Amino acid sequence: MLEIKGLRASIQGNEILHGVDLTVRAGEVHAIMGPNGSGKSTLAQVLAGHPTYEVTGGSITFEGKDLLEMEPEERAREGVFLAFQYPVEIRGITNAYFLRSALNAVRKHRGLEELDPIDFLAVLEEKTKVIELDEELINRPVNDGFSGGEKKRNEILQMAVLEPKLAVLDETDSGLDIDALKTVAAAVNKLRRPDNAAILVTHYQRLLNYITPDYVHVLADGRIVRSGGKELAHELEARGYDWLRPAVTA
Amino acid sequence: MPTAAMRVEDLVNREYQHGFYTDIEADSVPRGLNEDVIRLISAKKHEPDFMLQWRLKAYRHWCTMREPTWQNVHYAPIDYQDIIYYSAPKAKTDGPQSLDEVDPELLRTYDKLGVPLQERALLAGVAVDAVFDSVSVATTFKEKLAELGIIFCSFSEAVQRHPELVRKYLGSVVPYTDNFFATLNSAVFSDGSFCYVPKGVRCPMELSTYFRINATSTGQFERTLIVAEEGAYVSYLEGCSAPIRDENQLHAAVVELVALDNAEIKYSTVQNWYPGDEDGRGGIYNFVTKRGKCAGVNSKISWTQVETGSAITWKYPSCILQGDNSIGEFYSVAVTANRQQADTGTKMIHIGKNTRSTIVSKGISAGRGQNTYRGQVKILKGAEGARNYSQCDSMLIGDRCGAHTFPYIDVRNSTATMEHEASTSKIGEDQIFYCKQRGLSAEDAVSMIVNGFCKAVFRELPMEFAVEAQNLLGISLEGSVG
Repeated sequence: MLEIKGLRASIQGNEILHGVDLTVRAGEVHAIMGPNGSGKSTLAQVLAGHPTYEVTGGSITFEGKDLLEMEPEERAREGVFLAFQYPVEIRGITNAYFLRSALNAVRKHRGLEELDPIDFLAVLEEKTKVIELDEELINRPVNDGFSGGEKKRNEILQMAVLEPKLAVLDETDSGLDIDALKTVAAAVNKLRRPDNAAILVTHYQRLLNYITPDYVHVLADGRIVRSGGKELAHELEARGYDWLRPAVTA
Repeated sequence: MPTAAMRVEDLVNREYQHGFYTDIEADSVPRGLNEDVIRLISAKKHEPDFMLQWRLKAYRHWCTMREPTWQNVHYAPIDYQDIIYYSAPKAKTDGPQSLDEVDPELLRTYDKLGVPLQERALLAGVAVDAVFDSVSVATTFKEKLAELGIIFCSFSEAVQRHPELVRKYLGSVVPYTDNFFATLNSAVFSDGSFCYVPKGVRCPMELSTYFRINATSTGQFERTLIVAEEGAYVSYLEGCSAPIRDENQLHAAVVELVALDNAEIKYSTVQNWYPGDEDGRGGIYNFVTKRGKCAGVNSKISWTQVETGSAITWKYPSCILQGDNSIGEFYSVAVTANRQQADTGTKMIHIGKNTRSTIVSKGISAGRGQNTYRGQVKILKGAEGARNYSQCDSMLIGDRCGAHTFPYIDVRNSTATMEHEASTSKIGEDQIFYCKQRGLSAEDAVSMIVNGFCKAVFRELPMEFAVEAQNLLGISLEGSVG
């Protein structure tokens, strides 16, 4: 589904990704771990098409199409979803209205009929069963006054509504207590299907106790220096990241 | 690849759609201002002597006044001697008796502006008092309104045919000494609308007027007076459009509203004057004095405005709440993009008992626009039980614009209740990216956010205007989107 080859990206002239290779197939969950500053979030943002980052080399193919040629909204409509690490607040629109508009944009792209507010409400009700989000929050402006945990859960709700093919979760576990973490993880697991895939960007192994990845990759100094199964995560938890560093300088 | 900053910029650039100007021989008066010019204007309009004398008093007073300097808008000094104070299109006769007699070139102008007099007037049932430069061209539906005893005509016509009404109310809300620009207007006002609704009559249709500034260096000085007698009701729509010009054009209008016992006046404005180019050149200066007096008990005056045009907007539609239980309302959306400036707001003066005022102001700044809200809520000693609610919200789009708020609160009665809320929000790159990542285009994102922001004000507009306003807002914040 996703093929990243030799990806190089910089921000304000500083190269952060020095040639990343990654392949993700449908039905798979990949975890990307790594020390601070390794470029994990950069990778997530570049996949989404954030304009601050400049891609200086390599390619990204999504479902056979050149992802780098697409505008962020096009990528979204094609089925790429980014759960932001720090979701922004948008005061002018309610969550419900925002989500309906987003869903309709995706549906239109897929040749489906747009949903009116009543039909959408039915969809929303169903999706809130996946991730519990207070009804009151649905009618508030997007993320306005939400706690950190509520924002993260809102990201997952959006994911549930939009049903993306590829979900990139950027440090979704940061700032969450154990219970919130379990709720989010449960939701992500519920949304897993053989025809979609997820990339979990995370610092800590903890999240992976609840969402079992198929592959774990370590991103360090802008490159993937090690890949393995879920046991790799445990090894990192025990040993840290330094033991992988010499592999980089070599 | 263009940066996100440039994209946001693109969104706030706009093509002024009404840029053209009609080539009609204008019957002008020489440049400059002096008593002779004023006499000439009055003579051209065949005004009775009382009107000329009023103008002259105003002019003489104006000569003693100094232009204000406290405003938060900046412009090059205006040379008042370099303006032509009167311009009228040549008509076949001295005044059109019906639409058939109107210069066809003018009618075509209105068509281009989207005011096809025949269609609009006939289908929507809205009477249109079309003002072209300084002279009213056509007033339709006069007969229908006349059946109800409603007078709706040009101000010039009112001066001649209803002088007693004009004498009674002119200057009763905005005295000729009021402020520099109102005084100037009082001396040289060209034309505008006059509406009088007699006791107990509810005007069955929305009254409307269209303005246009055309000839070079013509300052437009409209004068409008609306009077609603006891128990009367009228809703008035004011919408403007102007062509692209190189020189700045001064627009110093005065609008006076008078509502007697149990009467209500609703005044709505959708303003789209030429705002100047992206470097701030050209564009209209909109320095307006608008004030309503709730003279009667249980009277009500509401101002609703959507201001997206003009290089500089400087106006404070206000209410004097003199009658007991009277109500004043101000709903406003003001947009400043590119290099536009606005210093606008309202004044609510509570004099009578149990008076109420509501202020909802939404300012949107984009590009290098500077938007200032200046509001005054004054509660005098005798205003027992006065209540005010003010909400003043600013939205910043991009990172080079500005929003400023200057509330003045003056309460002299301890039984009064005042609420003031203010908020500032912005549409930044991050928010637009967030929306994009959910499949929404940047234009849709901005449009959604802005419309949500302005909802409270759009709700107050009469239906026809609400749709126009939403579209106008969309266009104002849209760039050359390919």
